Amino acid sequence: MRGALIIVGTIAALLILGVGLWAGWGEAAVLLVGGIFIASMLWYPPALMRAVGSLLLAVFLYVFLQTVAGPAVGAVVAIGVAALAWWLLPGRVHRRIGFMVPSMVLLVFVTTILMYKAPGSPFAAEKQTTQQALEAQAKKFKVEKTPLAFFSTYMQGLMFEGTMGLSVKVQGRTVEQLLLPALPVSMSLGLLALVIATALGLFLGVRAGLRPNSAADYSSMGLAMIGISLPNFVIGAVLLILFSYWLKWLPVAGWGSYGHLILPSITLALPYAAYIARLSRNGTIEVMQQDYIRTARAKGLSERAVVLKHALKGAVLPVVSFLGPAAAGIFTGSFVVETLFAVPGMGQWFVKSALARDYSVVLGTAIIYFTIITLFNLLVDFAYAWIDPRVREEL
Amino acid sequence: MTDHLTPPDENSAPDPSSIAVSAPLRGNSLWSDAWRRLKKNRFAVAGGIMLVLVIVICWVGPLILAAQDINAEDTNPALANRPPSGAHWFGTDELGRSYLARVLVGGQMSLLIGLVATITSIVIGVFYGAISGYYGGKLDEVMMRAVDFFYGIPYMFLVILIMLMFPPDSDAGPLPIFFALGVVQWLTVARIVRGQVLTLRGQEFVEAARVLGASDMRIIVRHILPNIISVVVIYATLTVPAVILLESFLSFLGLGAGLTWGLLVSEGLSVVNPVESYWWRLLFPSIFLALTLFSLNFMGDGLRDALDPKTRKE
Repeated sequence: MRGALIIVGTIAALLILGVGLWAGWGEAAVLLVGGIFIASMLWYPPALMRAVGSLLLAVFLYVFLQTVAGPAVGAVVAIGVAALAWWLLPGRVHRRIGFMVPSMVLLVFVTTILMYKAPGSPFAAEKQTTQQALEAQAKKFKVEKTPLAFFSTYMQGLMFEGTMGLSVKVQGRTVEQLLLPALPVSMSLGLLALVIATALGLFLGVRAGLRPNSAADYSSMGLAMIGISLPNFVIGAVLLILFSYWLKWLPVAGWGSYGHLILPSITLALPYAAYIARLSRNGTIEVMQQDYIRTARAKGLSERAVVLKHALKGAVLPVVSFLGPAAAGIFTGSFVVETLFAVPGMGQWFVKSALARDYSVVLGTAIIYFTIITLFNLLVDFAYAWIDPRVREEL
Repeated sequence: MTDHLTPPDENSAPDPSSIAVSAPLRGNSLWSDAWRRLKKNRFAVAGGIMLVLVIVICWVGPLILAAQDINAEDTNPALANRPPSGAHWFGTDELGRSYLARVLVGGQMSLLIGLVATITSIVIGVFYGAISGYYGGKLDEVMMRAVDFFYGIPYMFLVILIMLMFPPDSDAGPLPIFFALGVVQWLTVARIVRGQVLTLRGQEFVEAARVLGASDMRIIVRHILPNIISVVVIYATLTVPAVILLESFLSFLGLGAGLTWGLLVSEGLSVVNPVESYWWRLLFPSIFLALTLFSLNFMGDGLRDALDPKTRKE
């Protein structure tokens, strides 16, 4: 054990040293403190964990709500919910919250560092390049000199003023004015894709798993193989040419009607549908060999009831635990799909502003993405506990 | 001696003959069993042959073309955007470059990226996962918490941010992309390896080694790692196509590693539309990319079925 601690400790120290030399000592110190804070929770006694978890939940809710509903309402709701959480929620949930909220903040900080270390600046394309003009610009847009300073200004703005700052590239607009219209676009695209992926994947996978090595199995798994072996932007482009240019059933690209939603969400869903199909096929094969399936058949249930009531649950379990990563992948997979279909969503803003070094927009998209993914993972955890009683005991 | 003793858990072959006692009698080891099963899997065999073919063509082809004075970067404006012909099998692009040469040279880079990024991620992940799983306790919890932390970042997000740090005209070449893709892939390896090590470390053969006075390092390297090689090999085979695919997404967004199949496919997409249809520029790189990924995925699946009898098709 001591040997391992020395090895791991040395590597961690070297990493921190490397970050310090590369990005600055203040940044390295913040990362170190943040990491220690998150890790130290493993040693917290339950009462302390409960308090810290509720407190962090209150802070998170406040920041989230005050941008939407104003500081007064935000504060009241946040404190109320946190008190309820302190009262009612089991220790395990407090541990999850205690991990998720600070790691989200730390992730945003890591994003800031990476962004700042990328060569170029938001003002690189400007005509006037005198030092004074640049400094005035930097001051106006609150683009500080170091990642740490930028991060703290940004977070202060978010916490106390409820704003994500001004965009440099889109003059006169704040980040939330840019991103809020894009959020429902990306969300509806992502959620529809997730539904399609799950439904299609489960259908193919269970169909294949019920009769391994049959024609149904080979056709479903062949489709799944195409889904994971061809880049989905190629499939999407082929669908686009087929349905929009030749058959003219669907609009070419853009946004505005339900028709615009179909091709992008299918394209986005395909790789995940394929993966879910493979998972649920294996799950089904395994479940169908269980004793309780034999019991169900022996007591005279129809094959249909055996599958729907008993087998499906087992087949779904591995899929549910995949939904967390799948949602993360789908929401960010939209970078490519949104570009291909010219959908005005969050992904476009992220890619565009990352290439243009529009720092505050990048950070805004990062915060929104991390929040969505964190919440979704929490939801998946609960869903899993709801389906599988063995996990419920632990939660 | 004990490292060929298959531990009696549910992952190992239940067949008692697969437990070899000493090296000369190792006729029916896990690996020879697996090889026998793999050979029966027609898809996996076809995938393997196809992959070898693609590799040979990608490395030998450009040499033959170079002998005829056709290179991937040679421009010839007089021959711009020609469809496939006897002289240029895959046609030419808008600068008159031979598309055959470009597809083959791009293939070299795509395959290299897949291989190097996978090896990087496997090395980091195995090291990390083995330490975490073997020592367990709080160290394990802290290390897995770090993995959870990095899992919180969507990988496309992280890869794009890392790629931005290396401008395309820097002389680092493809190194940044190896690094970026390896960095996001090691997390899953670490988790898988840690889980395997966790179940192995409590088993009798590990305890026996410990009683005999073997050091931790020796136990991990000599007794535990040989038992998780199969899992790692399966994962590696399935990671290579995933990495190649990921690179193609980056190329599509304009952040790729230069001349790869991903870049050619994305370029092809932009010139196939109702106005101008240079279909060969989309078709040929897509075929090569898809064939390679098919082969790798079929091989990975075949290896999984062969090495892991639990999930084997009955």
